[in-house]
Amino acid sequence: MKGTFRFIWLVLALTLAIGWSVGTHRALAAGELAKIKAADHIRIAVFSDKPPFGYVDENGVNKGYDVYLAHRLAEDLLGDPNKVKFVLVEAASRISTLEADKADIVLANFTYTTERAQQVDFAKPYMKVALGVASPQSAPITDVAQLAGKKLIVNKGTTADSYFTKNHPEIELIKYDQNTEAFNALRDGRGVALAHDNTLLFAWVRENTGFVTGIDFLGDQDTINPAVKKGNTELLEWLNQEVDKLTAEKFFYSNYEETLRPIYGEAVDENSVLITE
Amino acid sequence: MLDSAIEIFTAGRNTARLFEGLAITLKISAAAVGLSILLGIPAGLLMSSKKRFWRVSLKLYLEFIRIMPILVLLFLFYYSLSSVFNINLPAVTVSILVFTLWGTAEMADLVRGAVTSLPRHQWESGRALGLSELQLNLFVIVPQAVRRLLPGVINLTTRMIKTTPFVFFINIPDLVKVAQQIVEVTGIRNPLASVWVYGVIFFIYFAICYPISLFSRFLEKAWQN
Repeated sequence: MKGTFRFIWLVLALTLAIGWSVGTHRALAAGELAKIKAADHIRIAVFSDKPPFGYVDENGVNKGYDVYLAHRLAEDLLGDPNKVKFVLVEAASRISTLEADKADIVLANFTYTTERAQQVDFAKPYMKVALGVASPQSAPITDVAQLAGKKLIVNKGTTADSYFTKNHPEIELIKYDQNTEAFNALRDGRGVALAHDNTLLFAWVRENTGFVTGIDFLGDQDTINPAVKKGNTELLEWLNQEVDKLTAEKFFYSNYEETLRPIYGEAVDENSVLITE
Repeated sequence: MLDSAIEIFTAGRNTARLFEGLAITLKISAAAVGLSILLGIPAGLLMSSKKRFWRVSLKLYLEFIRIMPILVLLFLFYYSLSSVFNINLPAVTVSILVFTLWGTAEMADLVRGAVTSLPRHQWESGRALGLSELQLNLFVIVPQAVRRLLPGVINLTTRMIKTTPFVFFINIPDLVKVAQQIVEVTGIRNPLASVWVYGVIFFIYFAICYPISLFSRFLEKAWQN
């Protein structure tokens, strides 16, 4: 018994110690860019299973919108698009990957939120995302007003869930845990429409004939930004200039043509995904 | 139906990639099981000895590892060690380390169980014959304990192999992660992809774990005499 108590104290002390040291961010040494140049490769964290943003194709090659940008960053910083080492991350490990210095930049479809901004530094956005509503082509929903008193399918805990709960209590929500379940429910007609990230819906309706994204832009607009370790100002400033430069030369349009257009098709307006100004 | 499966496994390097993932899974579990057995036997003998210091500290260690989910340990050694103490270990090293820490604790407890289940007169007769403590352990206790250990060790080994998919949280593309990558990419146009790919994964795990349990049954029979 005594041993157990002593043990619990030990664990508590250890947790506190680790929590405290993580909380107090160490100041980063200057010359982060010089360090990357000295290593002669940049480490960029991307997804490996989220097409069309970051995925590994059948030949084991990293592909996608984020990866396309990563190659360009390597080219502009080190003169060779292939001087990039991809760190394959999960959504849950993106922040830790930066904090633990396992990657220089995260380009894993990282949505800007104020909570996250306290833990990492976000550069300027390179893409935007909002909600969309998909419905059967035979009975399309093109306006939120059409949904009043009807059943709408959402995923638990997503932006769609919180947006409709907060702003449209008159709409009845049916909630699912998994994407697959939610989409199957729409196919089975258990709701008149399904709300999700518009980028995901664009890809889905293209592969599932008979459905349309009747509403393709709704709710608060979120942005997808590159992120660096907190305090890595030198790299952050370089990234900001780089995003400005790439936006000005319409690089993201060619990225869209190359990686997203084949998935989304002609029905989608690229300006609902790209940063225009 | 079958066409969709053939399409998945013949496209590009898909099959080769699955085997590369399998190689990582096997490398980590083999190293961890081997090290756990090497370290767990002496630790277990110490746990069952009369030395209070060792008994208490090993018990604490065991409880600590048991309470901590493997995922937390992986995060602790991969991310926290680096962001707090600036010790940047490669991901594969971290996973072998963490699985060994876990395996050693479990192994030590198995050894302790097996040793304490041996009748007291084994020690007494050994001492009466004038064997030293080391000789006593080496020639009398361990050989008998090992037989009682076998089912537990097999169980631990297969559990470890099945727990390795956690390593993709520290950015290692193991067998299951590669499968997921293939499913997500082909799944858009091939809705059966997940059935085929995860079905194959099921058989791969079975093909690894079943021979291990067959081997243990063989040993148990052989040692009966």
